[in-house]
Amino acid sequence: MSFRFFVNGDPVEVEVPGMRRLLDVLREDLALTGTKEGCGEGECGACSVLLDGAVVDACLVPICQVDGTSIRTVEGLGAENKLNDLQSAFLETGGAQCGICTPGMLMAAEAFLASGGPSDEDSIREAIAGNLCRCTGYRKIVEAIAQAAEQRRAADPHPA
Amino acid sequence: MPVEPHVTSPRTLSEAYALLAQQPHRPVAGGTDLLVQITGELGDPPDRVLDIWHLDELRGIAVDGDALVLGALTTYTEMRRSPLVAEFLPALSEAAATIGAAQIQNRGTIGGNAANASPAGDTLPLLIACDAELVLGSERGERSVTAGEFWPEYRRTALAADELLLRIRFPMVGDRQVRFRKVGTRRAQAISKVVMALAWRGDDGTAPWRDVRLALGSVAATPIRAGATEAVLDGASPDQSTADRAASTLAGELNPIDDVRSSADYRRAVAARVLHRLIREAGGW
Repeated sequence: MSFRFFVNGDPVEVEVPGMRRLLDVLREDLALTGTKEGCGEGECGACSVLLDGAVVDACLVPICQVDGTSIRTVEGLGAENKLNDLQSAFLETGGAQCGICTPGMLMAAEAFLASGGPSDEDSIREAIAGNLCRCTGYRKIVEAIAQAAEQRRAADPHPA
Repeated sequence: MPVEPHVTSPRTLSEAYALLAQQPHRPVAGGTDLLVQITGELGDPPDRVLDIWHLDELRGIAVDGDALVLGALTTYTEMRRSPLVAEFLPALSEAAATIGAAQIQNRGTIGGNAANASPAGDTLPLLIACDAELVLGSERGERSVTAGEFWPEYRRTALAADELLLRIRFPMVGDRQVRFRKVGTRRAQAISKVVMALAWRGDDGTAPWRDVRLALGSVAATPIRAGATEAVLDGASPDQSTADRAASTLAGELNPIDDVRSSADYRRAVAARVLHRLIREAGGW
């Protein structure tokens, strides 16, 4: 079966079985290996991507449900050789260590920042509650997200 | 890669009915249960999957007469954001917020939770306590089944092979109060050790309760009502002696199992404690 959708703004078409996981299409068929597989059962969030702006576990989404949508992965956050503000904040605060959880953390955080809600610590922790990290103890990740939220607010105090 | 069963994605409900009438299919909504079962090789994978995600007839939250009606494809995120749910059934907004985390809430649906028929399904006790009706449809027409009759045995539902769950109707009863509590290992991403919904009719404060419904999940092979405890609460005021009697009745009435998530003793004790606290909060003491 053939499915058409957008990945990081570019149109793609894949010819794969409809029950193939979005995660496998990204990694195996499209060679976008930034998205990681951790548990494969929706517990760890390592495979988090944005589907029409909403954060989802790519291991739980069959590709037949992706037809006609827009996917954003960690490869779509920065530009070539240039990190975005959120990625830079993770780097500066030490929010990334071994790196396995980082792409998923970034995507969950990106969805949270884009939602424009309050960015107090409780809200940040709720936003990344579906993402496990076994290195950082989360504190530096929370700091990174708070820093990026502050920078975006300063850059655009009245978002539309 | 996991096995990839054959899947069909109908665009209309009548197409879906026709496919189901021809041969059995396993429906998939948001995929948060089925994809875990396939990847984890939990049982045999289905031969044929019916992708119902595109059936817009199964979406939407509305008030219809004296009921709040949720399409089967309503996600937990949609329930959390819905002003109608917040106004008429705030316990459901609360329940939706305790399920998984953002990734699951964006995909998991109330219909999927009901049809998957896990004894730990978090919304199921709420459906039972609220006297919800599940509306099923097929080429043969539509019919309603009460939540109390929808899960007859472990992991079974009242759905026939050619039927889909279309929507869930929560009757709106003016003076009904509903409370929800879930106990898991942590606030997010946890499968319940005990999940409880309590509903009653009566004025605020310490007036006697009527039409008490106490439903629990994760303590039996199906979501259940605790009839003996309901009988203690019916006609009683939410004071300390009522709470004490209800809690001890519940502990005696439940017969949970030991499993990887919890022990029978813990489940009994925590269910009694949670009920006691709900009654105390309602009574304001």
